[in-house]
Amino acid sequence: MLQIKNLHTSVEGKEILKGISIDVKPGEIHAIMGPNGSGKSTLANVLAGHEKYQVTEGEIIYEGENLLEQAPEERAKNGIFLSFQYPIEIPGVSMVNFLKTAVNEHRKHKGQEPLSASQFLKLMEEKKKVVEISSQLTNRSVNEGFSGGEKKRNEIYQMAMLEPKLAILDETDSGLDIDALRVVAKGVNALKSPENATIVVTHYQRLLEYIVPDYVHVLYDGKIVKSAGKELALELEEKGYDWIKNES
Amino acid sequence: MTETIKYTATEELAELFTQNREMYEEGCPGFMNRVRSDALEKFVKAGIPSRKNENYKYTDLRPVFQNDFSVLPRYVQQQVDLHEMFHCDVPQLNTHLVLLINGWYYGHNRKIGQLPDGVVLGSLNHVAREHPHLIEKAYNQLAGKSDDPIANLNTAMAKDGLFLYVPDNVTIDKPIQIVNLLYAKENTFAVQRNMFVLGKNSEATIVFCDHTLNNNYYILNNLSECFPEEDSRFNFYAVQNMHNGAVNNTHFFADLKARANLHTNTLTLNGGVVRNNLNIKLKGEYAHADLNGLALADEEQHIDNFIAIDHSVPNCTSNQLYKNILDEQSSGAFTGRIHVLRDAQKTEAYQRNNNVLLSETAEMNTKPQLIIDADDVRCSHGATVGRIDEDALFYLRTRGINEKEARLMIMFAFADEVLSQVNIKVLRQRLEELVNRRLRGELGPCQSCSFNRRN
Ligand SMILES: Nc1ncnc2c1ncn2[C@@H]1O[C@H](COP(=O)(O)OP(=O)(O)OP(=O)(O)O)[C@@H](O)[C@H]1O
Ligand SMILES: [Mg+2]
Repeated sequence: MLQIKNLHTSVEGKEILKGISIDVKPGEIHAIMGPNGSGKSTLANVLAGHEKYQVTEGEIIYEGENLLEQAPEERAKNGIFLSFQYPIEIPGVSMVNFLKTAVNEHRKHKGQEPLSASQFLKLMEEKKKVVEISSQLTNRSVNEGFSGGEKKRNEIYQMAMLEPKLAILDETDSGLDIDALRVVAKGVNALKSPENATIVVTHYQRLLEYIVPDYVHVLYDGKIVKSAGKELALELEEKGYDWIKNES
Repeated sequence: MTETIKYTATEELAELFTQNREMYEEGCPGFMNRVRSDALEKFVKAGIPSRKNENYKYTDLRPVFQNDFSVLPRYVQQQVDLHEMFHCDVPQLNTHLVLLINGWYYGHNRKIGQLPDGVVLGSLNHVAREHPHLIEKAYNQLAGKSDDPIANLNTAMAKDGLFLYVPDNVTIDKPIQIVNLLYAKENTFAVQRNMFVLGKNSEATIVFCDHTLNNNYYILNNLSECFPEEDSRFNFYAVQNMHNGAVNNTHFFADLKARANLHTNTLTLNGGVVRNNLNIKLKGEYAHADLNGLALADEEQHIDNFIAIDHSVPNCTSNQLYKNILDEQSSGAFTGRIHVLRDAQKTEAYQRNNNVLLSETAEMNTKPQLIIDADDVRCSHGATVGRIDEDALFYLRTRGINEKEARLMIMFAFADEVLSQVNIKVLRQRLEELVNRRLRGELGPCQSCSFNRRN
């Protein structure tokens, strides 16, 4: 589904990703862990198509096509979803208008008719229940004045609305209370299918108890220094990163 | 060596006035004619403003007046029915519709619908002659104190415009829509003089729409004096949509009595050089002024909003919200002067000016001026000049919204904060639609008329 091959990325002339290779197959869940500043969000942003990050070497193939040639909106419509580590506030753009435009763009791409206002509201209600988000939030401007946890919940809400094939969750669990964590897991697991895949960036083993990964990769200084099964997360929680740094 | 242009328009205009003085005075009552000389003198002394004039630091009007143009000291009969020719985009609103042409009340205005008893709405010139008692005392009381050269030029040359009188305790429910048309065979300098008198506890809404009907060069000098008496409520909306070679010069003076409430919203969609002056004085306790403006500019447009608001007595409140979206080579300026006089304790005066530049070449100058001579006041001001938030753009795009649409969403949201202040719902919706089309590049200076931008 997704092949990242020897990916090198720099931002403002500074190399951040220094040769990353990951192969994600349909149905898999990959966890990416690693110390602050190691490049996890950079990788997530490159996958979503942020123009600030320049790919200097390597390639990314998504469903057989060169992902790097696609604009962010095309990637989204082709099924990639990024849950931002720091979701952006957009004053004045209402959640309803935003989501309606997004959902209908996705539908147009699939050759489906746009949803009518009432159909759309029904969909919103339905998904609201899944992620237990309140109407008080969905009646506001996108993320404006949302608390940290509310923003994360809103990311999962959008994911539920857009039903991506490949979800990339960048520290969606940070700053969440236990209930919200459960909701995030519920949202992710609801999408789980043999065709879909998930990449979870996290610092904590906790989330991985709910979203059980097939692989855990450790990113350190722009490189993947270790990949293993889910037990690696536990080991990291106990021992920290130093032993791996030494290993590499 | 750079060639220096000699600007001669001040003298020429003065000369033009003096030579045609008889024509200017013809058909006007004494109280209009008596103030002309003094105003002309002030105009000549100060001259057409250049950047040397502190209040025109960002707008040099000399080149604007250096073009050739005609003046219209007499009403010119129109060869065509303007009602046939013109359909403004703003209506489809249930309004009282009134047309003005080159500053004059249109002679073939259709009958205005039923207005409440005692309301006078019509030609300033006509009312000045027929019902001088309604005008005489107040005429030029506000503008006469101004040292703005263009306002003084207006007083010197004023002959006609719109007059509205609303008696005490009368509310006019429907907005009154005034369409200020510019339409002449040659380049024209049009002078328009308006007066709005709002009796105690009365209420009215005016919507001004400025349009050019062909591509000739126009300068509109449009001055309004407004007198909201105790407890009155006045809404004044201006939709400015002249072509991008035309010049729109507006002045709005208002002295608010106790508990009067003034709401203005100036929406500039098109126009080459636009300068809007607002002079507001809060003179009775608990008066409130709410001043809003939104300008969308591209090409070489220049838009300058200049606001001076005086808090003269205690317990008044004022609020200013001005925004600009500037693209291509356009430029904008904003000055918001708040003067809180010594006795005006418990004043609350707020001001905000936010601007988005869409191109490298667009330019914005913003200047708050707070002069506070009282100690128990709450004032704030804030100004920003920025670009479209790239992170917000990326965020929207990662949800499948294409770049163009995402940009429009962000710009519209930015603009809509000003439009959301419009408290007549249908009008707000119409304006939102116009702004949306303007942002999409689908709106010329006037959608309905075939005449479009000046090249
Ligand atoms: N726009 C930028 N300009 C300069 N440096 C950047 C930029 N974006 C990221 N970096 C740098 O790249 C490195 C990797 O950042 P990244 O955000 O990918 O780390 P991360 O692994 O997600 O960290 P965290 O766990 O703190 O979220 C950091 O050193 C960061 O300072
Ligand atoms: Mg990160």
